[in-house]
Amino acid sequence: MEEFFQQLTNGLAVGGIYALIALGYTMVYGVLKLINFAHGDLFTLGAYLGLTLLTSLGLSGHLGTVLGLIVLAIMVTGFVGIAGALLERAAYRPLRDSHRLSAVVSALGASIFLQNTIMLIYGAKNYVYPLDILPRTTLHIFGLPVPLVRILILTASLLLMAGLYLFIQKTRLGTAIRAAAIDQGAAKLMGINVNQVIMIVFLVGPGLGGVAGLMVGLYYGQVNFTMGWVYGLKAFTAAILGGIGNIPGAMVGGLLLGVIEALGAAYISIAWKDAIAFCVLIVILIVRPTGILGERVADKI
Amino acid sequence: MMNEKYKLFLYSAFALILATAPLYLNSYWVDVLNSVGLYAILALSLNIILGDAGLYNMGHAAFFAVGAYTAAYLNTQFGLPILWALPVSGIVAGIAGLLVARPVVHLRGDYLLIVTVGVGEILRIALINDVFGLTGGPNGIFGIDRPVLFGFKIRKPQEFFYLIWGFVAVTIFLFYRLKNSRFGRALDYLREDMTAAEGSGIDTGRYQLYAFMVGAAWAGMAGTLYASKMSIISPESFSFWESVLIFIIVILGGSGNIAGVLLGTFLIIGLPEAFRGFANARMWFFGLAMMLMMIFRTEGILPHRPRVFKSLDRQRP
Amino acid sequence: MSLLSIRNLTKRFGGLTAVNKVSFDVEEGAIVGLIGPNGAGKTTVFNLITGNYRPDEGDILFAGTSIKALRTHKIVSMGIARTFQTIRLFQKVSVLENVLAGRHCRMKAGLVAGMLKTPFEKKEEREALRYCVEELEFVGLKGQESQVADSLSYGNQRLLEIARALASEPKLLILDEPAGGMNEQETEALVGLIGKLKGRGLTILLIEHDMSLVMRACEHLVVLEYGCKIAEGPPETVKNDPKVIEAYLGAD
Repeated sequence: MEEFFQQLTNGLAVGGIYALIALGYTMVYGVLKLINFAHGDLFTLGAYLGLTLLTSLGLSGHLGTVLGLIVLAIMVTGFVGIAGALLERAAYRPLRDSHRLSAVVSALGASIFLQNTIMLIYGAKNYVYPLDILPRTTLHIFGLPVPLVRILILTASLLLMAGLYLFIQKTRLGTAIRAAAIDQGAAKLMGINVNQVIMIVFLVGPGLGGVAGLMVGLYYGQVNFTMGWVYGLKAFTAAILGGIGNIPGAMVGGLLLGVIEALGAAYISIAWKDAIAFCVLIVILIVRPTGILGERVADKI
Repeated sequence: MMNEKYKLFLYSAFALILATAPLYLNSYWVDVLNSVGLYAILALSLNIILGDAGLYNMGHAAFFAVGAYTAAYLNTQFGLPILWALPVSGIVAGIAGLLVARPVVHLRGDYLLIVTVGVGEILRIALINDVFGLTGGPNGIFGIDRPVLFGFKIRKPQEFFYLIWGFVAVTIFLFYRLKNSRFGRALDYLREDMTAAEGSGIDTGRYQLYAFMVGAAWAGMAGTLYASKMSIISPESFSFWESVLIFIIVILGGSGNIAGVLLGTFLIIGLPEAFRGFANARMWFFGLAMMLMMIFRTEGILPHRPRVFKSLDRQRP
Repeated sequence: MSLLSIRNLTKRFGGLTAVNKVSFDVEEGAIVGLIGPNGAGKTTVFNLITGNYRPDEGDILFAGTSIKALRTHKIVSMGIARTFQTIRLFQKVSVLENVLAGRHCRMKAGLVAGMLKTPFEKKEEREALRYCVEELEFVGLKGQESQVADSLSYGNQRLLEIARALASEPKLLILDEPAGGMNEQETEALVGLIGKLKGRGLTILLIEHDMSLVMRACEHLVVLEYGCKIAEGPPETVKNDPKVIEAYLGAD
């Protein structure tokens, strides 16, 4: 029972991180119908920026842990968001009217480019996050021990998701994003500045992905420049699982995938842990490509 | 017509320079060329799937691995000579290609890409975990025999050069003919427009599978050559990055164009060896090149061209 | 027995019934027009016949055999070829290769024959080339074999689609708005071409908005509105049918 509970909370914490990354995939897919392959590497960028800011500025020392981390998260969100918007401007906008697969290749190129930029700047070795930032305390819930880090990460990701959901559902800009996702042409005719909408999507999605990178650094204490691919693929799986283009779907999919993976690793085999997400991905694409919350659309001939 | 003659001259000169390369290059450079040759086979085989049929396969290293492991297993366990294992591993990899493609080939381009990445990773993890005790786990399989051709044991890089590039030549010969046949045209049609191809009477589903089968089989045979050259294989040789590299060769060289793919292989595998300091930044550069290429020259350095039917003039009254 | 028999055909997209219990027959050698206002479900009927969509109810018989569950390429090889409303040529491919696509299902050479260039393969290729060149000549695109398809004018692209369809030696030719985007002379030539096709013994089913073309070319009309068949018969009768007039001009 305790083992199960441990794996469950671990899965939820990791799932929260997947969900945050998955939101970026799903939002971009919503408006551009493009899988932003570079998203995973923007997430890595977030992890490295977080590390740099943490060690060079020593934020937590001056401001106190909680406030310091919040400032740090905001800075990472801002930087990675700007990187995302620049990426869109440079690598995707020129291809908006060309063949869809050209954009896919460009996205792959962007991913390789970003990943190796990080490698060239920081080097190929693993980096260790300072361990003393978050208290290593363990809480007891119903008599079962849960590390505080997990609760913090899950809470933070749930809060961010809730914030995003409100932003998309309740604000003018959110409405514009939803409109552009349904029909870009019609949105344009209704006076929505679609370029602006896409820019905002590329600010917000990668911004959230960057925070997720920071969280991974804090949770596992270690980052390396290739981790974006694995996290990216898993988060993409989460987005597909929930139904790509669907924001609540990405949240559900992320949490679900985190739990499936944690339980699978514990009860099936730890050696196959990374294969579990890929199996889920393949099965879902074969059985129900629209995901849990997605809708089926007929092809026009 | 002048253009045709010029092209022929260019290709012959290139073939001649290449064929005599072991005479004036040292072992190190011959080995680089061997590596280029192996990647050329892999890229040409992926070109059938990605360039001709337009199916986004980014797990091609998986079929390479299937071929290499099949040959290594048959050779070390049953003593099957490595060149006999060549067709067997081709067939096994071809079947693997069919099995992988069957349930997913109808998926849209970008989804297919992700799924093939997933298949490649699952296979690599399976190899590391020594699935069914066949693959030797993280250490892989070692002690693979050198190939023996007409009683002559191939050992030195110079000798491997002729084996590998001989295979490249056969591959080019066959693939060029295939490209200009009913089969090759069918792949063009389904890349251009799936609905129109099906509506013109082409069994698009079957040809997609065939493309995967042929591409995978050839990658499998490349795997056999690789296994015999290295005499040891392990999962790390078949990582995701190998798939990415082969994918980049095809896209940058000119998908669908055999000469373009060969040029791409030389640029992407050979060039970084010539500029050693560049090796660290080469992936960075390739990523940048992919973006720029898609924005300014989508079809690659040497793009695919519509076929010219020489016999046409003779037939016209 | 009719060549093509549509029976109680129904297709729904979500809540919308695009085709509702439509039945009609196409006799061998006839030229039948399927007409109706925009959104009446004409192209959907075509897509159902050619296997692009699956019907929810009803059946489609071709020469007495049900084809409703067959895949498109199989239907083509049985002898139904089509053109598309929005031109669907292989744009980056030469004109001749476009026609060869239609010839594909009448050829046999496979993977190995292609790699080895067997004598059979060479002979088959030669014959296919000759056949396709002839079809291009037939539709009036002689001498343009080596051009890239997207360099052709709009009208010629439509003709090329017809040539591609003809290369599969169809019994039934389905044309979806063949005169769409054509100027007057081109439309005239098209009427002539349709006559020549009939002369070859082909059966033709077509959708067309150009009423003068429909009235001149077709022997029999089927009128759809909101997915239902509202009239059927010779052009003269259909033209004066009050229900048809109402559908086109709106009720007073």
